[in-house]
Amino acid sequence: MSRTLDHRKETPSQTAGPYVHIGLAPGAAGFDIYSAELGQEIAGPDAPGESIRVEGCVYDGTGAPVKDVLIEVWQADAAGIYPHPEDPRHAMVARGFRGWGRVISDFDSGEWAFDTIKPGKVPGRSGSVQAPHINLWIVARGINVGLNTRLYFSDEVRANADDPVLNLIEQRHRRDTLIARRHDREGTPVYRFDICLQGEDETVFLDI
Amino acid sequence: MSSTPGDFYQRDRDWHPPALVPAYKSSVTRSPNLPLLSLENSLSEVTGPTFGHKDIGPVDHDLLLNYATQGDPIGERIILHGRILDENARPVPETLIEIWQANAGGRYRHRNDSYLAPIDPNFGGCGRTLTDQNGYYHFRTVKPGAYPWRNSINNWRPAHIHFSVFGTAFAQRLVTQMYFEGDPLIDKCPIATSMPDPNALDQLIAPLDMNAAIPLDCLAYRFDIILRGRRSTLFENRLEGN
Repeated sequence: MSRTLDHRKETPSQTAGPYVHIGLAPGAAGFDIYSAELGQEIAGPDAPGESIRVEGCVYDGTGAPVKDVLIEVWQADAAGIYPHPEDPRHAMVARGFRGWGRVISDFDSGEWAFDTIKPGKVPGRSGSVQAPHINLWIVARGINVGLNTRLYFSDEVRANADDPVLNLIEQRHRRDTLIARRHDREGTPVYRFDICLQGEDETVFLDI
Repeated sequence: MSSTPGDFYQRDRDWHPPALVPAYKSSVTRSPNLPLLSLENSLSEVTGPTFGHKDIGPVDHDLLLNYATQGDPIGERIILHGRILDENARPVPETLIEIWQANAGGRYRHRNDSYLAPIDPNFGGCGRTLTDQNGYYHFRTVKPGAYPWRNSINNWRPAHIHFSVFGTAFAQRLVTQMYFEGDPLIDKCPIATSMPDPNALDQLIAPLDMNAAIPLDCLAYRFDIILRGRRSTLFENRLEGN
Protein backbone atom coordinates (compact mmCIF):
# COMPACT_ATOMS: atom_id res chain seq x y z
CA MET A 1 0.00 0.00 0.00
CA SER A 2 1.31 3.42 -0.88
CA ARG A 3 1.57 6.20 1.68
CA THR A 4 -0.71 9.16 1.21
CA LEU A 5 0.60 12.68 0.87
CA ASP A 6 -0.42 15.12 3.55
CA HIS A 7 -1.53 18.01 1.37
CA ARG A 8 -4.81 19.60 2.41
CA LYS A 9 -7.57 20.02 -0.13
CA GLU A 10 -8.66 23.48 -1.13
CA THR A 11 -11.99 24.43 0.45
CA PRO A 12 -14.63 23.84 -2.21
CA SER A 13 -16.24 26.86 -3.78
CA GLN A 14 -19.94 27.60 -3.47
CA THR A 15 -21.99 30.10 -5.40
CA ALA A 16 -21.94 33.66 -4.13
CA GLY A 17 -25.73 33.62 -4.51
CA PRO A 18 -28.12 36.43 -5.30
CA TYR A 19 -27.32 38.43 -2.17
CA VAL A 20 -23.55 38.72 -2.61
CA HIS A 21 -23.96 42.49 -2.37
CA ILE A 22 -24.74 42.28 1.35
CA GLY A 23 -21.24 41.07 2.01
CA LEU A 24 -19.22 42.73 -0.69
CA ALA A 25 -21.19 45.85 -1.64
CA PRO A 26 -23.79 46.51 1.09
CA GLY A 27 -24.67 49.92 -0.32
CA ALA A 28 -26.05 48.19 -3.40
CA ALA A 29 -28.00 45.75 -1.20
CA GLY A 30 -29.71 48.82 0.22
CA PHE A 31 -28.05 49.68 3.50
CA ASP A 32 -25.21 51.66 4.94
CA ILE A 33 -23.00 49.82 7.42
CA TYR A 34 -19.27 50.32 6.78
CA SER A 35 -17.39 53.58 7.00
CA ALA A 36 -15.86 52.76 3.62
CA GLU A 37 -16.79 50.10 1.11
CA LEU A 38 -13.88 48.35 -0.52
CA GLY A 39 -13.02 48.35 -4.19
CA GLN A 40 -14.66 51.65 -5.12
CA GLU A 41 -11.55 53.23 -6.60
CA ILE A 42 -9.20 51.19 -8.76
CA ALA A 43 -6.51 53.62 -9.85
CA GLY A 44 -6.75 56.50 -7.39
CA PRO A 45 -6.64 60.20 -8.32
CA ASP A 46 -2.86 60.50 -8.73
CA ALA A 47 -2.03 57.55 -10.95
CA PRO A 48 -0.54 58.61 -14.29
CA GLY A 49 -1.84 57.09 -17.49
CA GLU A 50 -4.80 57.22 -19.78
CA SER A 51 -8.13 57.51 -17.98
CA ILE A 52 -10.58 55.04 -19.44
CA ARG A 53 -14.07 53.75 -18.81
CA VAL A 54 -15.00 50.11 -19.30
CA GLU A 55 -18.62 49.17 -19.84
CA GLY A 56 -20.31 45.87 -20.44
CA CYS A 57 -22.94 43.34 -19.64
CA VAL A 58 -22.84 39.66 -18.74
CA TYR A 59 -25.27 37.47 -20.69
CA ASP A 60 -26.58 34.02 -19.80
CA GLY A 61 -27.04 31.13 -22.21
CA THR A 62 -30.43 32.43 -23.36
CA GLY A 63 -28.99 35.84 -24.20
CA ALA A 64 -30.57 37.54 -21.19
CA PRO A 65 -28.50 39.99 -19.11
CA VAL A 66 -27.28 38.69 -15.76
CA LYS A 67 -28.55 41.34 -13.38
CA ASP A 68 -27.02 40.13 -10.13
CA VAL A 69 -23.38 39.73 -11.12
CA LEU A 70 -20.38 40.98 -9.18
CA ILE A 71 -17.06 41.39 -10.96
CA GLU A 72 -13.69 41.99 -9.38
CA VAL A 73 -11.00 43.73 -11.35
CA TRP A 74 -7.24 43.29 -10.88
CA GLN A 75 -4.77 45.18 -13.04
CA ALA A 76 -1.32 46.70 -13.25
CA ASP A 77 -0.68 50.44 -13.43
CA ALA A 78 0.20 52.32 -16.62
CA ALA A 79 3.80 51.15 -16.32
CA GLY A 80 2.72 47.53 -16.01
CA ILE A 81 3.46 47.28 -12.29
CA TYR A 82 1.25 45.44 -9.81
CA PRO A 83 0.97 46.87 -6.29
CA HIS A 84 2.00 43.58 -4.71
CA PRO A 85 5.27 42.45 -3.11
CA GLU A 86 5.80 39.70 -5.67
CA ASP A 87 6.10 42.20 -8.49
CA PRO A 88 9.86 42.93 -8.53
CA ARG A 89 9.07 46.55 -9.43
CA HIS A 90 6.28 47.06 -6.91
CA ALA A 91 8.14 49.80 -5.05
CA MET A 92 7.76 51.93 -8.19
CA VAL A 93 4.02 51.50 -8.54
CA ALA A 94 2.02 54.70 -9.10
CA ARG A 95 1.18 56.54 -5.89
CA GLY A 96 -2.22 55.61 -4.51
CA PHE A 97 -2.74 52.94 -7.16
CA ARG A 98 -4.73 50.01 -5.83
CA GLY A 99 -5.29 47.99 -8.98
CA TRP A 100 -8.34 46.26 -7.55
CA GLY A 101 -11.98 47.10 -7.65
CA ARG A 102 -15.49 45.76 -7.41
CA VAL A 103 -18.11 46.29 -10.05
CA ILE A 104 -21.76 45.33 -9.84
CA SER A 105 -24.38 45.25 -12.51
CA ASP A 106 -27.47 47.43 -12.49
CA PHE A 107 -30.32 45.38 -11.00
CA ASP A 108 -32.68 46.44 -13.80
CA SER A 109 -30.53 46.39 -16.93
CA GLY A 110 -27.53 44.22 -16.06
CA GLU A 111 -25.19 46.91 -17.39
CA TRP A 112 -21.99 47.62 -15.45
CA ALA A 113 -19.12 50.07 -15.80
CA PHE A 114 -15.92 51.11 -14.10
CA ASP A 115 -13.37 53.89 -14.43
CA THR A 116 -9.67 53.24 -14.28
CA ILE A 117 -6.30 53.85 -15.91
CA LYS A 118 -5.31 51.78 -18.90
CA PRO A 119 -2.71 49.27 -17.71
CA GLY A 120 0.70 48.86 -19.33
CA LYS A 121 2.31 45.71 -20.66
CA VAL A 122 3.14 43.18 -17.96
CA PRO A 123 6.05 40.73 -17.89
CA GLY A 124 5.06 37.18 -18.80
CA ARG A 125 6.85 33.95 -18.06
CA SER A 126 10.45 33.39 -19.06
CA GLY A 127 11.02 36.80 -20.60
CA SER A 128 7.81 37.07 -22.59
CA VAL A 129 5.66 40.19 -22.57
CA GLN A 130 1.91 40.21 -22.00
CA ALA A 131 -0.27 42.74 -23.76
CA PRO A 132 -2.04 45.25 -21.51
CA HIS A 133 -4.94 43.48 -19.85
CA ILE A 134 -7.31 43.58 -16.90
CA ASN A 135 -7.94 40.40 -14.93
CA LEU A 136 -11.59 39.74 -14.08
CA TRP A 137 -13.24 37.43 -11.58
CA ILE A 138 -16.98 36.93 -11.95
CA VAL A 139 -19.43 35.62 -9.37
CA ALA A 140 -23.22 35.43 -9.28
CA ARG A 141 -26.13 33.19 -8.44
CA GLY A 142 -25.78 30.09 -10.59
CA ILE A 143 -21.99 30.39 -10.90
CA ASN A 144 -20.57 27.64 -8.70
CA VAL A 145 -16.89 28.52 -9.01
CA GLY A 146 -15.89 32.13 -9.70
CA LEU A 147 -15.04 32.60 -13.38
CA ASN A 148 -11.70 34.10 -14.37
CA THR A 149 -11.15 35.87 -17.62
CA ARG A 150 -9.09 38.74 -19.05
CA LEU A 151 -9.99 41.94 -20.84
CA TYR A 152 -7.62 43.08 -23.61
CA PHE A 153 -7.82 46.33 -25.60
CA SER A 154 -8.79 46.65 -29.27
CA ASP A 155 -6.24 49.43 -29.87
CA GLU A 156 -3.32 47.18 -28.86
CA VAL A 157 -3.26 45.20 -32.09
CA ARG A 158 0.50 44.53 -32.12
CA ALA A 159 0.76 43.64 -28.45
CA ASN A 160 -2.33 41.44 -28.61
CA ALA A 161 -0.86 39.55 -31.58
CA ASP A 162 2.18 38.68 -29.46
CA ASP A 163 0.33 37.98 -26.22
CA PRO A 164 1.19 34.52 -24.85
CA VAL A 165 -2.29 33.98 -23.39
CA LEU A 166 -4.32 35.09 -26.42
CA ASN A 167 -2.08 32.88 -28.54
CA LEU A 168 -3.01 29.86 -26.44
CA ILE A 169 -6.60 30.09 -27.67
CA GLU A 170 -6.83 27.49 -30.39
CA GLN A 171 -9.90 28.87 -32.19
CA ARG A 172 -8.72 32.26 -33.43
CA HIS A 173 -12.17 33.77 -33.56
CA ARG A 174 -12.60 33.09 -29.85
CA ARG A 175 -9.69 35.43 -29.07
CA ASP A 176 -12.05 38.25 -29.95
CA THR A 177 -14.19 37.38 -26.93
CA LEU A 178 -11.42 38.82 -24.74
CA ILE A 179 -10.98 42.09 -26.62
CA ALA A 180 -12.81 45.20 -25.47
CA ARG A 181 -13.81 47.54 -28.33
CA ARG A 182 -12.73 51.14 -28.04
CA HIS A 183 -14.76 54.16 -28.94
CA ASP A 184 -14.62 57.72 -27.76
CA ARG A 185 -17.37 59.47 -25.86
CA GLU A 186 -16.92 63.19 -25.38
CA GLY A 187 -13.17 62.82 -25.34
CA THR A 188 -13.06 59.89 -22.93
CA PRO A 189 -12.08 56.49 -24.27
CA VAL A 190 -14.76 53.93 -23.54
CA TYR A 191 -14.20 50.22 -23.98
CA ARG A 192 -17.15 47.87 -24.44
CA PHE A 193 -16.70 44.38 -23.02
CA ASP A 194 -19.64 41.98 -23.06
CA ILE A 195 -19.27 38.59 -21.45
CA CYS A 196 -21.25 35.55 -22.58
CA LEU A 197 -21.45 32.77 -20.02
CA GLN A 198 -22.42 30.19 -22.63
CA GLY A 199 -23.67 29.88 -26.19
CA GLU A 200 -22.27 30.68 -29.60
CA ASP A 201 -20.21 33.64 -28.39
CA GLU A 202 -19.11 32.07 -25.10
CA THR A 203 -16.28 34.09 -23.58
CA VAL A 204 -12.98 32.31 -23.05
CA PHE A 205 -12.73 31.59 -19.33
CA LEU A 206 -9.45 30.74 -17.71
CA ASP A 207 -8.24 28.11 -15.27
CA ILE A 208 -5.55 30.15 -13.58
CA MET B 1 20.28 28.80 -2.19
CA SER B 2 16.99 30.44 -1.42
CA SER B 3 13.72 28.84 -2.30
CA THR B 4 11.23 31.25 -3.74
CA PRO B 5 7.51 30.68 -3.99
CA GLY B 6 6.59 29.08 -7.28
CA ASP B 7 3.42 28.33 -9.14
CA PHE B 8 0.20 27.57 -7.36
CA TYR B 9 -0.95 23.99 -7.37
CA GLN B 10 -3.46 23.41 -10.08
CA ARG B 11 -7.00 23.82 -8.80
CA ASP B 12 -8.61 20.39 -8.44
CA ARG B 13 -11.75 21.03 -10.46
CA ASP B 14 -13.15 17.62 -9.50
CA TRP B 15 -13.17 18.67 -5.86
CA HIS B 16 -15.17 21.82 -6.57
CA PRO B 17 -18.73 21.79 -7.87
CA PRO B 18 -18.94 21.52 -11.66
CA ALA B 19 -20.19 24.62 -13.45
CA LEU B 20 -23.37 22.80 -14.45
CA VAL B 21 -25.38 21.28 -11.62
CA PRO B 22 -28.81 20.55 -13.17
CA ALA B 23 -30.52 20.27 -9.77
CA TYR B 24 -29.39 23.83 -9.06
CA LYS B 25 -31.44 25.38 -11.82
CA SER B 26 -29.75 28.78 -11.95
CA SER B 27 -26.53 27.07 -13.03
CA VAL B 28 -28.08 25.68 -16.21
CA THR B 29 -27.92 28.90 -18.23
CA ARG B 30 -24.99 30.41 -16.32
CA SER B 31 -22.43 27.62 -16.77
CA PRO B 32 -19.83 27.80 -19.51
CA ASN B 33 -20.01 24.79 -21.85
CA LEU B 34 -16.53 25.02 -23.28
CA PRO B 35 -13.39 23.94 -21.45
CA LEU B 36 -11.52 26.54 -19.41
CA LEU B 37 -8.23 27.66 -20.93
CA SER B 38 -5.49 26.46 -18.56
CA LEU B 39 -2.77 29.03 -17.85
CA GLU B 40 0.57 28.73 -16.20
CA ASN B 41 0.83 31.40 -13.53
CA SER B 42 2.20 34.78 -14.52
CA LEU B 43 2.59 37.92 -12.49
CA SER B 44 -1.09 38.63 -13.15
CA GLU B 45 -2.15 35.53 -11.21
CA VAL B 46 0.43 35.35 -8.38
CA THR B 47 -0.25 38.93 -7.33
CA GLY B 48 -3.50 40.22 -5.89
CA PRO B 49 -4.96 43.01 -3.80
CA THR B 50 -3.65 43.57 -0.31
CA PHE B 51 -5.61 44.96 2.62
CA GLY B 52 -4.67 46.52 5.93
CA HIS B 53 -6.29 47.57 9.17
CA LYS B 54 -7.01 51.01 7.77
CA ASP B 55 -9.43 49.40 5.31
CA ILE B 56 -11.79 48.13 7.98
CA GLY B 57 -13.46 49.45 11.12
CA PRO B 58 -12.99 48.24 14.71
CA VAL B 59 -16.37 46.46 15.02
CA ASP B 60 -16.76 45.28 11.44
CA HIS B 61 -16.17 41.69 12.63
CA ASP B 62 -18.86 41.85 15.32
CA LEU B 63 -22.27 41.37 13.71
CA LEU B 64 -23.91 41.63 17.13
CA LEU B 65 -22.73 45.24 17.28
CA ASN B 66 -21.99 46.51 13.80
CA TYR B 67 -25.56 47.41 12.85
CA ALA B 68 -27.30 47.48 16.24
CA THR B 69 -28.88 50.73 17.32
CA GLN B 70 -31.70 49.85 19.75
CA GLY B 71 -30.43 46.59 21.24
CA ASP B 72 -28.98 43.21 20.36
CA PRO B 73 -30.02 41.27 17.28
CA ILE B 74 -32.53 38.45 17.79
CA GLY B 75 -31.16 34.93 17.62
CA GLU B 76 -28.69 32.40 18.90
CA ARG B 77 -25.43 34.17 19.67
CA ILE B 78 -22.39 32.45 18.21
CA ILE B 79 -18.68 32.89 17.76
CA LEU B 80 -17.40 31.83 14.38
CA HIS B 81 -13.69 31.23 14.31
CA GLY B 82 -10.94 29.32 12.58
CA ARG B 83 -7.82 29.61 10.51
CA ILE B 84 -7.01 30.30 6.90
CA LEU B 85 -4.31 27.90 5.75
CA ASP B 86 -2.99 26.89 2.37
CA GLU B 87 -2.79 23.36 1.00
CA ASN B 88 0.66 23.03 2.60
CA ALA B 89 -0.95 23.88 5.98
CA ARG B 90 0.85 27.23 6.09
CA PRO B 91 -1.15 30.00 7.75
CA VAL B 92 -2.31 32.84 5.50
CA PRO B 93 -1.75 36.00 7.59
CA GLU B 94 -3.43 39.37 7.22
CA THR B 95 -5.82 38.33 4.56
CA LEU B 96 -9.29 39.81 4.22
CA ILE B 97 -12.34 37.69 5.08
CA GLU B 98 -15.82 38.99 4.41
CA ILE B 99 -19.00 37.20 5.45
CA TRP B 100 -22.70 37.70 4.81
CA GLN B 101 -25.78 35.90 6.02
CA ALA B 102 -29.51 35.94 6.66
CA ASN B 103 -30.80 36.91 10.10
CA ALA B 104 -32.10 34.42 12.67
CA GLY B 105 -35.44 34.27 10.84
CA GLY B 106 -33.84 33.48 7.48
CA ARG B 107 -34.32 36.94 5.97
CA TYR B 108 -31.60 38.86 4.16
CA ARG B 109 -31.24 42.59 4.37
CA HIS B 110 -31.31 42.99 0.60
CA ARG B 111 -33.60 44.97 -1.66
CA ASN B 112 -34.28 41.83 -3.72
CA ASP B 113 -35.24 39.55 -0.79
CA SER B 114 -38.98 39.49 -0.11
CA TYR B 115 -39.25 36.43 2.17
CA LEU B 116 -42.00 36.94 4.74
CA ALA B 117 -39.72 36.57 7.78
CA PRO B 118 -39.06 40.04 9.20
CA ILE B 119 -35.97 42.18 8.88
CA ASP B 120 -34.19 42.55 12.23
CA PRO B 121 -33.66 46.27 12.83
CA ASN B 122 -30.48 45.54 14.79
CA PHE B 123 -28.87 43.16 12.36
CA GLY B 124 -27.13 44.06 9.11
CA GLY B 125 -25.83 40.63 8.16
CA CYS B 126 -22.32 41.31 6.99
CA GLY B 127 -18.89 41.46 8.59
CA ARG B 128 -15.24 41.58 7.68
CA THR B 129 -11.90 41.05 9.34
CA LEU B 130 -8.23 40.33 8.66
CA THR B 131 -6.54 37.12 9.79
CA ASP B 132 -3.79 37.55 12.34
CA GLN B 133 -0.15 36.52 11.91
CA ASN B 134 -1.10 32.87 12.44
CA GLY B 135 -4.00 32.94 10.03
CA TYR B 136 -6.63 33.07 12.81
CA TYR B 137 -9.87 34.98 12.53
CA HIS B 138 -13.06 35.31 14.51
CA PHE B 139 -16.49 36.84 14.11
CA ARG B 140 -19.40 37.21 16.49
CA THR B 141 -22.88 36.90 15.06
CA VAL B 142 -26.24 35.14 15.35
CA LYS B 143 -26.92 31.77 13.81
CA PRO B 144 -28.83 32.38 10.56
CA GLY B 145 -32.18 30.76 9.92
CA ALA B 146 -33.06 28.39 7.09
CA TYR B 147 -35.16 29.90 4.32
CA PRO B 148 -37.09 28.78 1.25
CA TRP B 149 -35.86 29.55 -2.25
CA ARG B 150 -37.30 29.17 -5.69
CA ASN B 151 -35.64 26.19 -7.27
CA SER B 152 -37.91 23.23 -6.78
CA ILE B 153 -41.04 24.46 -5.05
CA ASN B 154 -40.12 23.13 -1.61
CA ASN B 155 -36.38 23.79 -1.51
CA TRP B 156 -34.97 25.25 1.70
CA ARG B 157 -31.44 26.46 2.16
CA PRO B 158 -29.77 25.01 5.24
CA ALA B 159 -28.51 27.65 7.67
CA HIS B 160 -25.33 28.97 6.11
CA ILE B 161 -22.87 31.83 6.14
CA HIS B 162 -21.22 33.07 2.95
CA PHE B 163 -17.45 33.56 3.07
CA SER B 164 -15.25 35.56 0.71
CA VAL B 165 -11.48 35.10 1.05
CA PHE B 166 -8.57 36.65 -0.85
CA GLY B 167 -5.31 34.95 0.12
CA THR B 168 -2.18 36.56 -1.29
CA ALA B 169 -2.88 36.12 -4.99
CA PHE B 170 -5.72 36.52 -7.47
CA ALA B 171 -5.29 32.78 -8.14
CA GLN B 172 -6.44 32.05 -4.56
CA ARG B 173 -9.66 34.07 -4.67
CA LEU B 174 -12.50 32.04 -3.22
CA VAL B 175 -16.13 32.39 -2.20
CA THR B 176 -17.83 29.59 -0.38
CA GLN B 177 -20.54 28.84 2.17
CA MET B 178 -20.25 27.42 5.65
CA TYR B 179 -22.90 25.08 7.06
CA PHE B 180 -23.63 24.05 10.65
CA GLU B 181 -22.96 20.58 12.02
CA GLY B 182 -26.08 18.47 12.40
CA ASP B 183 -28.39 20.46 10.11
CA PRO B 184 -30.75 17.96 8.40
CA LEU B 185 -31.31 20.37 5.48
CA ILE B 186 -27.70 20.13 4.30
CA ASP B 187 -28.14 16.80 2.54
CA LYS B 188 -31.32 18.02 0.84
CA CYS B 189 -29.73 21.13 -0.64
CA PRO B 190 -28.66 21.01 -4.30
CA ILE B 191 -26.08 23.74 -3.69
CA ALA B 192 -24.49 22.14 -0.63
CA THR B 193 -24.39 18.77 -2.36
CA SER B 194 -23.06 20.09 -5.66
CA MET B 195 -19.56 18.63 -5.18
CA PRO B 196 -19.16 15.16 -6.69
CA ASP B 197 -17.04 13.88 -3.77
CA PRO B 198 -19.05 13.79 -0.50
CA ASN B 199 -15.85 14.39 1.46
CA ALA B 200 -15.71 17.85 -0.07
CA LEU B 201 -18.98 18.78 1.66
CA ASP B 202 -17.49 17.79 5.03
CA GLN B 203 -15.01 20.60 4.54
CA LEU B 204 -17.89 23.10 4.49
CA ILE B 205 -19.60 21.91 7.68
CA ALA B 206 -18.43 23.71 10.79
CA PRO B 207 -18.43 21.62 13.94
CA LEU B 208 -19.80 22.94 17.21
CA ASP B 209 -16.79 23.99 19.29
CA MET B 210 -17.75 23.89 22.96
CA ASN B 211 -14.24 24.85 24.06
CA ALA B 212 -14.56 28.16 22.25
CA ALA B 213 -18.09 28.80 23.54
CA ILE B 214 -18.43 31.41 26.26
CA PRO B 215 -20.46 29.91 29.13
CA LEU B 216 -23.77 31.70 29.74
CA ASP B 217 -23.13 33.91 26.70
CA CYS B 218 -22.64 32.28 23.28
CA LEU B 219 -21.90 29.04 21.45
CA ALA B 220 -19.07 28.65 18.96
CA TYR B 221 -18.46 26.99 15.61
CA ARG B 222 -15.08 26.32 14.05
CA PHE B 223 -14.47 26.81 10.34
CA ASP B 224 -11.01 26.43 8.83
CA ILE B 225 -10.56 27.45 5.21
CA ILE B 226 -7.91 26.02 2.92
CA LEU B 227 -6.66 28.12 0.01
CA ARG B 228 -4.52 26.90 -2.87
CA GLY B 229 -0.93 26.14 -1.96
CA ARG B 230 2.10 26.66 -4.14
CA ARG B 231 5.30 24.97 -4.96
CA SER B 232 8.45 26.00 -3.20
CA THR B 233 11.28 24.49 -5.13
CA LEU B 234 14.85 24.93 -6.15
CA PHE B 235 13.97 23.93 -9.70
CA GLU B 236 11.26 26.39 -10.52
CA ASN B 237 10.56 27.75 -13.98
CA ARG B 238 10.92 31.47 -13.79
CA LEU B 239 7.61 33.26 -13.53
CA GLU B 240 8.92 36.33 -15.29
CA GLY B 241 12.00 37.57 -17.06
CA ASN B 242 15.28 38.99 -15.71
